[in-house]
Amino acid sequence: MFSVLEKLFRTGCLTEDLPPAGEESAELTAACRQEITRVFGRSMAIRMVDAGSCNGCELEMHALNNCFNDIERFGLHFVASPRHADLLLVTGPVSRHMQDALKRTYDATPDPKLVIAMGDCAADGGEFGVSYASVGAVSNVIPVDLVIPGCPPTPVRLLQAITTLLGRCPQAGKTNEAR
Amino acid sequence: MISQADLGWQSLSPDTATLVQLFGEAGIVVREEFTGESAIAGAVHLIDIENGDWGRAAEVAAAKRVRWSAVWGEHVPPRIDVFALLACRNGHLLLRTHLRETGGSLPSQTPFYPGADRPERTVADMLGVVFTGHPDGRRWLRHQAWTENQFPLRKEFPLAGTPTPATPPDCLYPFREVSGDGVYEIPVGPVHAGIIEPGHFRFQAMGEDILSLEEHLGYVHKGIEKVAEGRDVWGLARLAGRVSGDSTVTHCWAACQASEAALGVGVPKRAAFIRAILAERERIANHLGDIGACCNDVGFAFAHAQCARLRELWQRDNRLLFGHRLLMDVVIPGGVRRDLDRAGIDLLREANTRLSAEVGEILPLLYEYPSLQDRLRTTGELTPKQARALGALGYVARASGECWDLRRDAPYAPYDGMVVTVPHCLEGDASGRVRVRGDEILVSLDLLEELLNKLPPGEIAATLPTTHAECRGIGLVEGWRGETVAYVHLDGAGRVARYFPRDPSWLNWPTLEAMIHGVIVPDFPLCNKSVNGSYSGHDL
Ligand code: SF4
Repeated sequence: MFSVLEKLFRTGCLTEDLPPAGEESAELTAACRQEITRVFGRSMAIRMVDAGSCNGCELEMHALNNCFNDIERFGLHFVASPRHADLLLVTGPVSRHMQDALKRTYDATPDPKLVIAMGDCAADGGEFGVSYASVGAVSNVIPVDLVIPGCPPTPVRLLQAITTLLGRCPQAGKTNEAR
Repeated sequence: MISQADLGWQSLSPDTATLVQLFGEAGIVVREEFTGESAIAGAVHLIDIENGDWGRAAEVAAAKRVRWSAVWGEHVPPRIDVFALLACRNGHLLLRTHLRETGGSLPSQTPFYPGADRPERTVADMLGVVFTGHPDGRRWLRHQAWTENQFPLRKEFPLAGTPTPATPPDCLYPFREVSGDGVYEIPVGPVHAGIIEPGHFRFQAMGEDILSLEEHLGYVHKGIEKVAEGRDVWGLARLAGRVSGDSTVTHCWAACQASEAALGVGVPKRAAFIRAILAERERIANHLGDIGACCNDVGFAFAHAQCARLRELWQRDNRLLFGHRLLMDVVIPGGVRRDLDRAGIDLLREANTRLSAEVGEILPLLYEYPSLQDRLRTTGELTPKQARALGALGYVARASGECWDLRRDAPYAPYDGMVVTVPHCLEGDASGRVRVRGDEILVSLDLLEELLNKLPPGEIAATLPTTHAECRGIGLVEGWRGETVAYVHLDGAGRVARYFPRDPSWLNWPTLEAMIHGVIVPDFPLCNKSVNGSYSGHDL
């Protein structure tokens, strides 16, 4: 017990400022951005759906929760059910075996059902393309609001994109007052 | 009780030559000595046997405690070749048989090797080979995206297939049922609760206790083997690096090793060393992440936070030195894409020193922390006997006394010049698997130190021949999950005719079903994480 506390103390707070997003990280209509800010206020629940990924994208999604990125400080958190979600974060080319599950997950998500397609596969099928087994891009199955390219996109890029989508990309230095 | 006879059994298994001799004594006609197109390059001993002897060969091998590793097929019109890989004391024996493309059947090896169950059903799904005497006639990888009479890996089957616009869900898969008073069923998936890949788990439970678990996988089948056809070796390497993103170095190395063996290309020494550096870094990153995640599954957030921190720092160094946080596309045919300069080597050494100090502090704490170990010990026990019967691999096997590691038992460059310690234990529970993985981090740190100290000078990539004849090769790499296999067949134009990757998860997914009896439902996530099979690497 004592050793755990001591280690925690020595480790300290390592959460880092998020660099401002570049132009390319999100292409979004102004109306959509306004709507999100209006609807969600300060928090948003994310449900991830792996629709056929190689699991590389998932590893970087996990990294959003580590102490450096700490996604929860932006009011963003991963939830266990699409019924609790505001946003679906979808990875992978959509395998035909997951096509219906993805559609059903989307149907189970309450409005406004935001969808981010994460990674090159989700964007256009990536290395796997369209085939007897793959439907390719996520947008071939459900409407997509934002595409984040990369194989896989880095956690910082992912955070930048999500916060941009929320119209709340932080100014550098403003998020870590507690530090 | 665990008896001495249950342990160290690989040292009791025969070597490949003896096994071939035993086949002969059992009346199996064996053909050896192959040249040209029919030869397969790589660290395997190839033999051809008759269709009718396929099951008998497995029976002879199983009786001698030879480990079963893989089965796959290849359509070479007008025939289908079927391969089975067996691991002997001194290396691998590759069995091959030739079948007619229509109406061909083989005696199943599953009665002698339970681990062959799903792999054989997959060969049936993908190529239409019938395995007679197989105890389970159900399909495996096929859901509803193609029909019973279509076989995606046949040459006449087009890559695009003949799909309907909306593929129906696979709701009618006939799961085994358990009946009785108070028994109820819990269906889970394919979309799970956490950040995890999709698959379906069907539990039969009574109160809190799980009576049985049946897995239904194949949800992320995206046609990797078919997509590989027609690519050149560079495109193949990129694809192999995405068979399972967490094992990108491993699969890419195995595929390149197979291609290089086929083409007769020697990899420069320096490149082999850098590949091993990448592979050990991949091992450490995954072990760190998963140890944290196992602890998190029983609510010990401290370990999760600490391990995730160390993993992130490790990945940042990957990006800095190799250009990619997960090390994708750094291994290329003939060698590696990135060299290490003095500064890079120093940086990696410092990272080693830092991580050694950190894990030296954290691991002993985890191994002894009472409230954590109270949950991990005796949870999800896999006996040595079960591990052996199922052909378990990697840390799952090693935590149950089955101490295989290719880096030591069938070493390839650069491990052939190194001493690799293989941590193992007998408990076979979640605690044992966490401990073995923790200890493997320490071994990998030592190996990294040695690799960095002895990094030879020279080229980092060999030139590949521009023209060559049709050729085939096998790659065998010990990834962080365990023994990883790749089979590559290149045509005379340098295009892939067949690529088969065998992720260790194929052998480890069934161990989860075996260890779950009597475990309480809330401990399932822990058991699952402690095995951590790849869905993508399995579903292909
Ligand atoms: S984008 Fe890259 S990392 Fe993500 S699922 Fe596709 S291949 Fe894997």
